[in-house]
Amino acid sequence: MTLRAVIASLIGAGVLVFTITGVVAQSPTERAIDDADLKSGYDFQSEDTRALQDDDFANPGFLWVDKGAALFSEKAGKNDRACTTCHTDTVRSIKGAAARYPSVDEKTGQLINIEQRINLCRERHQQAEPLSYESEDLLAMTAYVAHQSRGQPFNAKTDGTAQSHFEAGRDYYYARKGQMNLACHHCHEWNWGQMLRGDRLSQGHGNGYPAYRFEWQTIGSLHRRLRNCDKGVRAEPLPFGAQEYVDLELYLAWRASRLTLETPSVRR
Amino acid sequence: MRCLGKGMRLLGRSYWCVAILAGLTAPLEGADLLPYDIVEDSIPNSLTGAAGDAAAGRAAFIDRDRGHCLLCHSVSSIEDPFHGTIGPDLSAIGSSLTAGQLRFRVVDQTRLSADTVMPAYYRVKGLRQVDPPFQGKPILTAQEVEDVVAYLASLKEAPE
Ligand code: HEC
Ligand code: HEC
Ligand code: HEC
Repeated sequence: MTLRAVIASLIGAGVLVFTITGVVAQSPTERAIDDADLKSGYDFQSEDTRALQDDDFANPGFLWVDKGAALFSEKAGKNDRACTTCHTDTVRSIKGAAARYPSVDEKTGQLINIEQRINLCRERHQQAEPLSYESEDLLAMTAYVAHQSRGQPFNAKTDGTAQSHFEAGRDYYYARKGQMNLACHHCHEWNWGQMLRGDRLSQGHGNGYPAYRFEWQTIGSLHRRLRNCDKGVRAEPLPFGAQEYVDLELYLAWRASRLTLETPSVRR
Repeated sequence: MRCLGKGMRLLGRSYWCVAILAGLTAPLEGADLLPYDIVEDSIPNSLTGAAGDAAAGRAAFIDRDRGHCLLCHSVSSIEDPFHGTIGPDLSAIGSSLTAGQLRFRVVDQTRLSADTVMPAYYRVKGLRQVDPPFQGKPILTAQEVEDVVAYLASLKEAPE
């Protein structure tokens, strides 16, 4: 699809309303990419990469999922409890949980992602130290928990106490930034399918994370990917776990809505 | 300052409204950048007062740390397996745009169409969250802009 065709169809659909400052105001019930055109990053990978993701025995991401499964049943912290002490298949199951994240934690009122939920459980329920972002253990645990929602569509709450976070995430999404002065939608809404030098641009969905990337030679979190995209336009990347990125994650979950989780995905 | 970039684009690349407004405000982009005058959709005079060097411009056009124009554009005479497809092919751009028009597009395409995806290469104002190593600096120096313009102007249609 050409840029102009996209713009024309957007305006035709009445989806976008531009304010004088050029910031996009968008109703939270309509998405810029039609459901029929919604594509996972998976669809933009080579046949070999897709085959690798599809094969649970060959998919390198399963090294982390398996490690996460082991950690999940290992006791930790002063309370000498494992995650499995409280979360089993029948009691407080974590199946499908990741599809509802980011989510507002009732006790603190904060919007948190899966990594932060895992760390909250460690601190709150195990009296263990939180794991640092991008550490092997947190990546493994996150990959394991997210994998328990594989095949489910995102279903995060965007109204009520989550609404202001949703709006902040949307604003970050549409804000130009960096020395190159580009916003997320310039690449992922107006130009998906096009080549950015050697990369075929996807729609920029977060449904496969943590993802194994050949470029990284390891698995990485969604925040690592977001930092890469910010750095790509010479914008100052935000710290791992930054509230702005968690808010953005909520917006991404909403715009990906009908796509199902794929963790662990494999990407170029 | 901005006209309806998108609407204007739909009406067929009619950039004049923004260009004229920009001309009226006599742009002076940041203390360290050289001033320039816009006439319609072009910056007729060299930023440095001297002509650029096309060979140096070709290098800056390709270099990942400077122009990196292949990110979005293709040029058939550059042998590289990866060319971008976001912007138009520039293989013969010197046949369709004058040096002044090329200069304006490299300096600040957003003055032509507010919603453009093409970065402004000679601008430091009105940007946010710029990574500290790049703060206060344009992507290309005035000399590099002139070199790139000379290179683009040399890209002509092959004779029949
Ligand atoms: C200059 C273009 C560009 C901009 C601007 C950009 N990205 Fe990306 N993004 C890429 C490229 C290239 C990739 C890797 C290939 C792909 O999946 O599109 C990528 C990948 C992603 C992915 C991973 C997709 C997957 O399936 O693995 C996400 C999520 C993403 N971007 C989100 C964002 C967000 C959010 C922003 C704004 C903060 C943003 N991007 C801005 C170029 C860009
Ligand atoms: C002592 C019991 C206990 C332990 C141990 C525990 N959790 Fe939890 N977990 C909870 C409770 C209770 C909640 C609901 C939120 C809250 O009140 O903290 C929860 C919520 C969650 C959720 C979100 C579920 C949802 O549907 O929103 C995830 C994911 C999770 N825990 C993962 C873990 C992981 C991973 C571990 C081990 C590192 C762990 N938990 C250890 C009790 C526990
Ligand atoms: C992030 C993508 C991107 C990058 C990087 C980029 N451009 Fe562009 N360029 C575009 C787009 C898109 C257009 C089409 C005009 C528009 O959308 O406003 C364009 C238009 C142009 C035009 C006008 C072409 C015409 O037919 O009117 C010239 C000349 C040009 N670019 C030169 C360059 C040069 C030189 C560089 C590197 C210094 C560069 N571009 C880098 C995206 C880019």
